[in-house]
Amino acid sequence: MTFLRSKLIGLLIPLCAVLGALLIGAIMLGTIGANPIKGYGTMISAAFGNMEGLSNTAVKSIPLLLVGVGICIAFRASVINIGGEGQMVMGALLSTIAALSLPDLPSVLIIPLVLIVGLVGGALWGAIPGALKAYFNVSEILSTIMLNIVAVQIMNFMLRGPLIDPGEIERGTRIPQTARLPGTTDLPILMEGLRMHAGFIIALLAAVGAYVLLWRTSLGFRLRSVGFSREATRYAGIPVRRSIITALAFSGAMAGLAGAILVFGSESHRMVTDGSSTGFTGSAGFNGIVVALFAGLHPLWSIPSALLFGGMLVGANALQRALQVPSALIIALNGLIVVFVVGSEYFSHRSQREREIEPIETEKSTATTTGAMTKTGG
Amino acid sequence: MDDLFTSTILIVTVASGIRLATPFLLASLGEALGQRSGVLNLGVDGVMLLGAFGAYYTVLKTGNLFYGIWVGVFIGALVGIFYAFITVNLRAQQGVSGIGIYLFGLGMSDLLFQKLVGTPRPILPFPTLEIPILSNLAVIGEMFFQHSLIVYIAFLLVPVATFVINRTTYGMNVRAIGENPEAADSLGVSVAAVRYSTLIIGNSLAGLAGAALAIELGIFQQNLTNAMGFIAIALVYFGAWRPLGVMAGSLVFGLIASIVLQCKTLGLIPRSASDLAAMAPAIITILALVFVANRFRQPEALTKPYIRG
Amino acid sequence: MRKIDSRMVLIVVLALAVPFMTAAAANAAGKTLKIAIVAPSASNDLAFTQSIVDGINAVKKERNIEVAVTDGTFVVEDAAAAIRDYAKQGYDLVLAHGSQYGGSLKEIAPDFPKTAFAWGTAADTFGLANVSSYEAASNEGGYVMGVMAAMLSKKGSIGIVGPIEVGDAKLYVDGFIAGAKAQNSKIRTNVNYIGSFSDVALAAEAARAHMSAGSDVLTGTAQMVVGAIGAARSKKAAWFGTQANQTELAPEIVVASQVYKWEVILRQIVDDLDKGVMGGKKYAITLANDGLVIEFNSAYKLPAEVKQAGLDAIKGIKSGSIKVGQ
Repeated sequence: MTFLRSKLIGLLIPLCAVLGALLIGAIMLGTIGANPIKGYGTMISAAFGNMEGLSNTAVKSIPLLLVGVGICIAFRASVINIGGEGQMVMGALLSTIAALSLPDLPSVLIIPLVLIVGLVGGALWGAIPGALKAYFNVSEILSTIMLNIVAVQIMNFMLRGPLIDPGEIERGTRIPQTARLPGTTDLPILMEGLRMHAGFIIALLAAVGAYVLLWRTSLGFRLRSVGFSREATRYAGIPVRRSIITALAFSGAMAGLAGAILVFGSESHRMVTDGSSTGFTGSAGFNGIVVALFAGLHPLWSIPSALLFGGMLVGANALQRALQVPSALIIALNGLIVVFVVGSEYFSHRSQREREIEPIETEKSTATTTGAMTKTGG
Repeated sequence: MDDLFTSTILIVTVASGIRLATPFLLASLGEALGQRSGVLNLGVDGVMLLGAFGAYYTVLKTGNLFYGIWVGVFIGALVGIFYAFITVNLRAQQGVSGIGIYLFGLGMSDLLFQKLVGTPRPILPFPTLEIPILSNLAVIGEMFFQHSLIVYIAFLLVPVATFVINRTTYGMNVRAIGENPEAADSLGVSVAAVRYSTLIIGNSLAGLAGAALAIELGIFQQNLTNAMGFIAIALVYFGAWRPLGVMAGSLVFGLIASIVLQCKTLGLIPRSASDLAAMAPAIITILALVFVANRFRQPEALTKPYIRG
Repeated sequence: MRKIDSRMVLIVVLALAVPFMTAAAANAAGKTLKIAIVAPSASNDLAFTQSIVDGINAVKKERNIEVAVTDGTFVVEDAAAAIRDYAKQGYDLVLAHGSQYGGSLKEIAPDFPKTAFAWGTAADTFGLANVSSYEAASNEGGYVMGVMAAMLSKKGSIGIVGPIEVGDAKLYVDGFIAGAKAQNSKIRTNVNYIGSFSDVALAAEAARAHMSAGSDVLTGTAQMVVGAIGAARSKKAAWFGTQANQTELAPEIVVASQVYKWEVILRQIVDDLDKGVMGGKKYAITLANDGLVIEFNSAYKLPAEVKQAGLDAIKGIKSGSIKVGQ
């Protein structure tokens, strides 16, 4: 009973925090002359109100979920991966090259192939900072941020040079985009007339896979224990260096897969750049971190977290179209929600801790010990 | 290639590198101080943007550059107080709350800009302040002593910061809290108070960096900083949390960027390779860190909220 | 009987003709044309996006249209979603105002045969019946201002700041250089494509680098160019602007701006749409059709012979005697 109550409080408090932030958002909406109720209503109905909205939300949430899952793995190994943007770009780039170079194969073969290449691309881009940290003690915060910059320039170079659509050169316009990728690589649409494609299923599978990895395999156990205490892990004979590289490689792989799915599920079915990374990723490499942290670094909880975040992004675009409210307001609101929710954990922890004093005194069963373990592991 | 090595171009390259390095230096010094006391702030870019808009708007309305600078600093301080409350009192996870601040700053500065200003109008940048006598020296004069006030302030802060961190009681407390807050607490140092102070000072510097950027460019635009704040955070690691190291990092980054720029201007870099050239600062920063013996480790208590037992 | 017949014929003919007449005047009579614009930067960027928003607003005053704008969509997927969304909502015309949107438009347009799409700046309609393209012959105005710049430069060196060497930017820069070299074959033209549409600080430094390398006349294009103008202002270099009138940004140094008057072709597109032409046409604003106008800054003391050279160049291009190459 107490366990349930503490779980309820655990949900209620962040909810209050979100509502508090939304209230401030309403004030901001009101100040610029938009009706807050109409504004929020537009957002919710656009994101979740009909099949089309749900489909758009699902599509938007794919890179968020994948990057978020990757972050769950990395952060649990105590490695801070801020390189999601660069890893997405490299995964997308390599998978695009694969799609352009592979011979004509049926979809059922070529799609897994190009996606795996995307995985590998991202994994490589994550492994480099991993190795730099493991062998040279270079902070991964520095190397991942720097490699983001490098990745963008490589992408620009490739899309304006070797990979550019030959048609562009003919026409002399030189738009930095690839040729239309082979139709066999288009991710299959799941529902007629909507945008949702198989990438969503893949993302869900990845989340499940990450859960299995972290809690049901020995590799996952090693990664988590490195995150818990590096010294204790080393003492136990577990190779710490390899684990750091592995964690960042997995994290990068997820982001790389996200990048690849972005390309093959895109409207244009080609890779195109405006010179920046966020122009391609939509800042997913970054928002994915928020998604993961909201989900308590749990891959399965990342699914609703990503859907909510995706819904918010879809809602923001709809709000701009309907009420001419700049999407900047929603970005600021996102920031407020993040800060409020994360700040509110203080209150839920406090109340949870107070409640746990009772079970330890009155119940001496395994229930308490498992309760304590999930708390430290969670 | 001869073009590059004329003295005019060399002078210009160094001067430009110093100018490019300044906002990085300011923001990075602030972040280094906060991290030294054990708090990570990933929201530096957001604070810079808020400071930049505040300064721009103030100068637009009052015409006074100094008011603009003060407003930028003040906004930074306000965010610092807010962030300190969240991380010290509420003990929130530092990584993600920092990103929340970033998103808030990014969106808020853009929103306010769109609603309060609309079509951008320019403001006048800082006049160049020539240091008497020194600025007339042959080559060095133009390189180092013909900059705007902010540049001088930024670089003067480095020895000041070094002194404060290493030779004052306050600095000692900061370092102690960053390594072992429990021990410091038991000796009577208020962890909360010191962290509040470092975050306020640190974020004020970030606000100042943003203000300097806006005034230097003479305009504001959405996402003016273009992720500069994150590079500044990375440079803290490069500089091993020491003001001198941070300065070195900012200069490496700024000078490389400046060299690339000069080469492009003189047509030394073929257009097809200009993207590859643009990654030079990032790669060189990483390589520099790899090869310079990295004997420093991060403050032990970094990112761990302190709970009084 | 015959008299009744001919009168009845007249009535029938008139009755049949009326719908056609009202259709032609539909726009003026009350059928509102719903137009949507999707653009990559802010509506008040004093450059690319501002030019199309100003254009549609000008047309709004003259025609019965309803306008929706989605700006700031630099993420191509988001823009694609917006384009598709507008089409689904039943907008009559959707303007994809960004070269990078082309790939997406090619896939979306076939799904909505009843919606007209226009893609700019571009000259390709993908062979689709409901897609038009529009572009600016920015090389023309570039040429004119290049001629003036070459005359104005006392140091014989001109600096150009561009975003990425693509589309409209490339066209303008190439035209500018052509004009400058035509005026003075020995003039130095330094070009720096900074690699981004949004890095204002880098644009400012690029301008400074140009000036240090000896350029006293500068120009540039795209939305990050405000940084370059600011830098030019502090060192008192002359500035030639494009896409919008940039005098406001630096009244002391802006010589002239090539202003895009998109309304010239927007009117054509709207009228064609009324007639039932959904696409397949390529529109362009040029000096000749007054879609491109060189607006001089009256506050700048421009020597008379320089201005005359510019006006002569305009006349030459309009008449076809000067050919500005691709």
